[in-house]
Amino acid sequence: MTTLALHSALLTRRSVTALVRQPAFVAITLVQPAIWLLLFGALFESAVQIPGFGADGRSYLEYLTPGVVAMTALFSAAWAGTVYIEDMTLGVMDRMLASPVRRGAMMNGTIAYQSITAIVQTTVIIGIAYAAGARFDRPFPGIVLTFAAAVLLTVVFAALSNAVALLSRDQNSLIGISQLLSLPLAFLSSAIMDPQLAPDWIQTAATYNPLDWAVVVSREGLAAAPDWAAIWPRLGALTALAILMSWLATKAFAAYQRSV
Amino acid sequence: MTQRPATLVADARTDHSPWAVEAHDLVKTYPVGRSKPPVRALDGLSLQVRPGKVFGLLGPNGAGKSTTVRILSTLSRPDSGAVRVAGHDVLKEPAAVRHSIGLVSQKPSAAPLMTGRESLEMAARIQGLGRDAARRRTGELLDRFGLADAADRLTRTWSGGMNRKLDVAIGLVNRPAVLFLDEPTTGLDPEARAEMWAEIARMASVERTTVLLTTHYLDEADHLSDRLAIVDHGRVVAEGTPDSLKSELHGDSIVIELTDAATGADAAQRLSRVPALVDVIHEGRTVRGRTDRGATVIPAALAALEQAGVEVASATVARPSLDDVYLRHAGRTFEAVAS
Repeated sequence: MTTLALHSALLTRRSVTALVRQPAFVAITLVQPAIWLLLFGALFESAVQIPGFGADGRSYLEYLTPGVVAMTALFSAAWAGTVYIEDMTLGVMDRMLASPVRRGAMMNGTIAYQSITAIVQTTVIIGIAYAAGARFDRPFPGIVLTFAAAVLLTVVFAALSNAVALLSRDQNSLIGISQLLSLPLAFLSSAIMDPQLAPDWIQTAATYNPLDWAVVVSREGLAAAPDWAAIWPRLGALTALAILMSWLATKAFAAYQRSV
Repeated sequence: MTQRPATLVADARTDHSPWAVEAHDLVKTYPVGRSKPPVRALDGLSLQVRPGKVFGLLGPNGAGKSTTVRILSTLSRPDSGAVRVAGHDVLKEPAAVRHSIGLVSQKPSAAPLMTGRESLEMAARIQGLGRDAARRRTGELLDRFGLADAADRLTRTWSGGMNRKLDVAIGLVNRPAVLFLDEPTTGLDPEARAEMWAEIARMASVERTTVLLTTHYLDEADHLSDRLAIVDHGRVVAEGTPDSLKSELHGDSIVIELTDAATGADAAQRLSRVPALVDVIHEGRTVRGRTDRGATVIPAALAALEQAGVEVASATVARPSLDDVYLRHAGRTFEAVAS
């Protein structure tokens, strides 16, 4: 266990070190969610005035912030596997797999790195939302729940992305699958629009959408009167899915080694 | 001559230490598509490597050298066969094997956005060294490979030769019993190549590290290997010391270059009738043969060709090279396959 923790920490540090050495990439990572927040915020500003929109007295920016947090977490995490693809293109993956490094640590390292990214991005989004005039009724525990939801969603999709990378071993397939999933998941949810205004099937889809779970956990947590009956099952489901996906993705190393 | 098998038996009696690397009858196939039969990368490959020696796997690209290294270093599993490395069964105890080996694959294995020192220290920590021990080992290796001055620069700013040295240094970080070097000098300039050769020779002679290297350079295999195996189509077709392999080929080799490739078949046919000239083979403009009496056979061969009206560009007599050994065992010259 201590070996696993040490290896995980070493590999996480490796990714974080690489990230901070690419300032341009860091800037893009932070500017992109800001653009979404301000762009969608302005574009759909009057959506809250549609009769039946469940804004509960919030401005659209306040409604949207949890949505952008979740979308950003998903879109960033979906790229997690590119680190593995780069490692495979170089000899890094081979050297790691032939060394005593734990497979679990290789998975933890990239997931922890993605989670750190998600925390920084979430902080920036909430900061910008505040700067743009959003005010949340219950910052505590709402913001804590928002971070928890963002990290859990990141774990789910970073693990999935890593698994796809290990199974496909191909950058183009990884990007294709990520894009195929990301946008539909973002729109089949309450991230930017209240699904109650959408057809029934979208509401149904949102019920099974992990991105929507994260949005609901965050939005309800920030509300004046949180609906805990909506929060706990979704938080539980996200946690269970995060553990399951990490475990399955670690199994994908075996499939990778069989195929090469 | 019967000398080689006799030496083998004697060695086996006096040396009771287990083999550092042992592979028996490895078979590995890769699927290539639905309607196509799988590619047979290894087709019953066997080899045995004595501890503290440099063992060369020589063969053209696609012969199965890298696949062998991948299996020996726990990266890949054979369809069938048995493998032991550093006293452990690779298939049953991969974790134990991973502590005892270093792998330098063909591709660069240091992260471009880390410094050389960071890459080495991280590799050392992963191998189980403590913080201080990792720092010391890193310092030693940086000095040894002449990388100390560049150690704190990102490796993406390093030259290819420096990065290759770092790859090897990372492979040595845990003082491995067995080091696998997959094509260690491919892409290096002559100077960097000479330095790498010196370093590889030192590993085995000074530190008693067993080195298994793959190469498609005949001179590299000849120069570095204590023993070598020639690999062709996933099998070992010849094995021995470079000298014993060459001396198995009696006599000298004769190479005649023609001016016109179209006359090759005719020339080969005529030359095979020249007395004392045997094993005549032609490839393009080149006709090769072997003889015990180079000095007398050359004039006879040239006379036969002149009589037939075949124009000759050059004719040489040489001691057998590894290329001749390869030709003998694989049925074609190395250059013809490699190019």
